[in-house]
Amino acid sequence: MGDDSLKGYRGVGRTVLERHEAGVWSDVTVETTRGRFRGIVLPRSETADDRHIVLKLISGYNVGVAAEQVTSMVVHDRREAHYKVPEKQFPFDPAKPRVKLLGTGGTIASRLDYRTGAVIPAFSPGELYGSVPELADICNLETEKLFGVFSENMGPQQYIKLAQNIGEEIAKGVDGIVIGHGTDTMHHTAAILTFMVQNPPIPIVMVGSQRSSDRPSSDAAMNLMCAVNAAACGDIAEVMVCMFGPTSDQYCLLHRGTRVRKMHSSYRSTFRTIGENPLAMIDPHSITPLRQDYHHRRTDRQVTINSAFEEKVTILYYYPNMMPDVVDALVEKGYKGIVIAGTGLGHVNKPLYAAIKRATDAGVHIYMTVQTLWGYVQMYVYETGRELMELGIIPAANMLPEVAYVKLCWALGQSTDRNEVRRLMLTSINDEITEREPYNGYLIYQGAIPEVQEFLRSIKR
Amino acid sequence: MSAFRFKPYTEMTSEDYAAIELKCGLEVHRQLLTRRKLFCRCPAGRYSKEYHAEVLRHMRPTLSELGEYDGTALMEKKTRKNIYYRLNQQTVCTYEMDDTPPFFMDDEALDIALELCLLLKLNIVGELHIARKQYLDGSIPTGFQRTAIVGVDGELFYQGRRIGVRQLSIEEDSCREVTDIGHDRVYLTDRLGMPLIEVVTEPEMYTPQEVAEVGEIIRLLCHSTRHVRVGSGAARQDVNVSVRGGTRVEIKGTPQIWRNPHLIYNEAMRQCALLHIRDLLRERGVTSETLQTSVAEVTRTVANTAYVPIRKAVEDGLLVKAIALKHFEGLLNHPTQEHTTFAKEFSDRVRVIACLTQLPNIAHSDLAAETLSSREWREVRRKMRADADDALLLVWGNEADTVTAAQEIILRAREATIGVPSDTRQAYKDGTNGFERVLPGPERMYPDTDLPPIEINSARLERLAVQIPRRVWELDERLQEIRGLAPQLRQQLLRSPYGELFCRIMTSGSLSPNWLAVVLTESLIGLRREGCELQFLSEPLLTEVFTAVVQQRLVPEGVMPMLRYFCRSIETLTPVELVNKAIYELRLNLIPIDQVRESVVRAVAELPIELFVQPDDLPRYLMGRLMEQWRGRLPGRQLAQLVREQLTGHAGIQHKWKNYSWAMIP
Ligand SMILES: [Zn+2]
Repeated sequence: MGDDSLKGYRGVGRTVLERHEAGVWSDVTVETTRGRFRGIVLPRSETADDRHIVLKLISGYNVGVAAEQVTSMVVHDRREAHYKVPEKQFPFDPAKPRVKLLGTGGTIASRLDYRTGAVIPAFSPGELYGSVPELADICNLETEKLFGVFSENMGPQQYIKLAQNIGEEIAKGVDGIVIGHGTDTMHHTAAILTFMVQNPPIPIVMVGSQRSSDRPSSDAAMNLMCAVNAAACGDIAEVMVCMFGPTSDQYCLLHRGTRVRKMHSSYRSTFRTIGENPLAMIDPHSITPLRQDYHHRRTDRQVTINSAFEEKVTILYYYPNMMPDVVDALVEKGYKGIVIAGTGLGHVNKPLYAAIKRATDAGVHIYMTVQTLWGYVQMYVYETGRELMELGIIPAANMLPEVAYVKLCWALGQSTDRNEVRRLMLTSINDEITEREPYNGYLIYQGAIPEVQEFLRSIKR
Repeated sequence: MSAFRFKPYTEMTSEDYAAIELKCGLEVHRQLLTRRKLFCRCPAGRYSKEYHAEVLRHMRPTLSELGEYDGTALMEKKTRKNIYYRLNQQTVCTYEMDDTPPFFMDDEALDIALELCLLLKLNIVGELHIARKQYLDGSIPTGFQRTAIVGVDGELFYQGRRIGVRQLSIEEDSCREVTDIGHDRVYLTDRLGMPLIEVVTEPEMYTPQEVAEVGEIIRLLCHSTRHVRVGSGAARQDVNVSVRGGTRVEIKGTPQIWRNPHLIYNEAMRQCALLHIRDLLRERGVTSETLQTSVAEVTRTVANTAYVPIRKAVEDGLLVKAIALKHFEGLLNHPTQEHTTFAKEFSDRVRVIACLTQLPNIAHSDLAAETLSSREWREVRRKMRADADDALLLVWGNEADTVTAAQEIILRAREATIGVPSDTRQAYKDGTNGFERVLPGPERMYPDTDLPPIEINSARLERLAVQIPRRVWELDERLQEIRGLAPQLRQQLLRSPYGELFCRIMTSGSLSPNWLAVVLTESLIGLRREGCELQFLSEPLLTEVFTAVVQQRLVPEGVMPMLRYFCRSIETLTPVELVNKAIYELRLNLIPIDQVRESVVRAVAELPIELFVQPDDLPRYLMGRLMEQWRGRLPGRQLAQLVREQLTGHAGIQHKWKNYSWAMIP
């Protein structure tokens, strides 16, 4: 028997299958000390233990049988199944806009192989049309899979390739670009693309899902339809994130790429605009702008692609009792930039001062942001702040720590001159620094307060 | 072709059911008595209609392996329902709303499921794999139910006959439906996620009565563990019914076992009727291939009708569509269930799938007189270019819903040429049933990738095996061996929690079995009706009472007064009795002051004055000692007064601390 016929099986489980000349997809009757089980042998997950054999029963349920308890096994048949997402020709309508979907590896549309549990991604226009046929009502869709990495493995190589591809697509004349992306680091990518792709004439919309699309309650289809709508028909020509607004299936929000952040590990409505208002509410058929100060769609094909990137940059999330050797170690390892997420208005403790001085003297660029996420760095209020600025730390206003991080990577990729880097960092490209925080830019409602309860009860969220 | 004949319910014999080859299986759902829900830490068994927030969701079918939507999925997609969930902060968290991944399965629940597996002698799996079973009706916000097989291939015994138990699974309960009107369905979420087991039998019951009796055995078996929930909604049963040539049809969610026989009768009749209708259609040359239908809008033709539902619809700006079914004339009036005709099959589909929920939602030409005038029917027939032997149906609603309705009517007509569609049907109180959804297949099962499998080791099973009660049918056998026990009392003992105790007492002495059975069943039920709390009557206490009778320390007539005495709980006492009982038992009665004075005098006399340095410490010391004795039985102020009196006149004290004032006693 070849290796593949025992896929995932190790140890005693594998031995028992081999002894009975059974393998994955064998239709077997297994006698065990706990009784008889009949089913089809399924592949075993690599991370599961080696003591059990998985069977799919005729009812569709899976069960595990302890290999050690197997007394005999009869193989009746072999029933391998191959699954694929149905592919239907994506209809072409000359009257509809052209949208290009770039894939990075996160699955936007997919279905589950019901035997193994493997997720089969749907990505080609035909596959997507098979899964989300509504897309054809909105646009003519082309797709291209740029790479296949999980969200957490996105890095400079991918950012640069994405930026270059966006530039090429703009030149080719598409009406909008959608980028499928895992949600975990979507806001990092949204920020760096804002810096790398400046002044685009068309919408560039990032989209993902919090519930995978093999689930009936998935947010994927709605997110995708809204993103495609924003790219095809929307007037906002910026790098944006399009994800669920409330947890209810009502509308998505378009967030500016520099002010958006994932705020909950599992909620659908996890993406929030921080310290500002979202750009627009959007559903598959309409867009309701919430602000007027956005970049409008243009007919020209002008765009500035600047894909500079310095990798030796880090975020230092400050905590009380942080030791100076942490900073020294970074300098020693050749880090060129540090973004500190400081407490309060942007502070760290005194014992770090000497290390910070050593770092700035060594030419390391240090920027201060706030770990409160909302609000500005203000280093003049307290003496601590003034002292830190004297040591060379530069306040980064209300830039979010992750945004400041990718921007510092980008800035240091272009220059190491202190003043030039400072100019790049503090010149806002698309609201990574804003001049004012609207009073309704900070809204975290607290449950149990009567007026909040009243709101929750009357407004479906 | 002969006319359709089916005996009335009360005249059906087991031979009649054998003739149509009735086969039934049971799926019994039972809530488990746990503190928490199955996959989160919310409390189980807390119900409230109060809600603090609402969430709106839609269910989107996922594709089946062949790239087709599963029948159920397709149906739910067509219905386009807005699903509203009502959330109560006390009963749901973000897990139930599908905004947080599942927590590990509740161990308490799994133990109970395993206990029931042991009772039903199922082959227990080595490893539990959690599956997702798709439900697109919205009754679970994830769109699937988390469920897992715990054991397969067990058995139970009914009148000495083995009935196979196909499987037992553990699963999370679904939402409670509040309303379902048009395109809006509203659910309460309090029940959502509560642990449940499902016991599935093989289709090995052949009369409606057998189904009820086997259902009762499973109910008693569950009760015997004392680890299942009781009360309304705690148990629900689905019955699978088929007849020769028919199809497996599932009747959903009948809470009361005694309703099942009538429901099964009607379903058996419905399947026979549908097969008869198919045969009639074949005689008329109508098959799935030759079926001819047509659809047309007839709003203007019927706009002025006197038939109120249609006239009102037209006034509201809705459309009326007519569907012609060629050669179906007369069949819509064919009986299918008691006081139900074939037309109901169409009306049901239009209601459920096209969401035209306001009844009547169709009108048809076989019942012409009650709807349009004959002139109007003629007009519609002419407009449709339909012949006299065609049946006409009318539906009304908005454009999208009437399109769906017409499609569904044609789909149902096509199914009629084939026989019995495999449906899940809902049970009505009058014993008939109605369409709920297409019966889903195994394609709706997916592995749950959110949770790892759970190993079920032998040590766990050994621990549970020692605590399982005797199986109901085994208990029945034991009771049958007891000579002289009346069969009726045997049945009552089986239904009571005391069957096992009865057997034990009978082996230990020469009591009359019928007397003992009456005490343990009717008399105890009588006590409970009087308001007594039977929980005070523990098994050891009951055993001791009957031992006293066996040993002739107690006359049998004394048993009931004694039990009544034991289980008079505080709830049955009057306030006066209750207060007096508490005062007596807790020694809280006030003591006459003279009695206390004596003890104060004694205490002062025994006072070791020489040991005290400060006069202030004396009263403090005395009060401490005396309070221990008299706390709660004399007001502290009075006690202090007594102490002061005694200290004031004390010679030894006067001598040691001259002229000291004792006014400051605490
Ligand atoms: Zn919960």
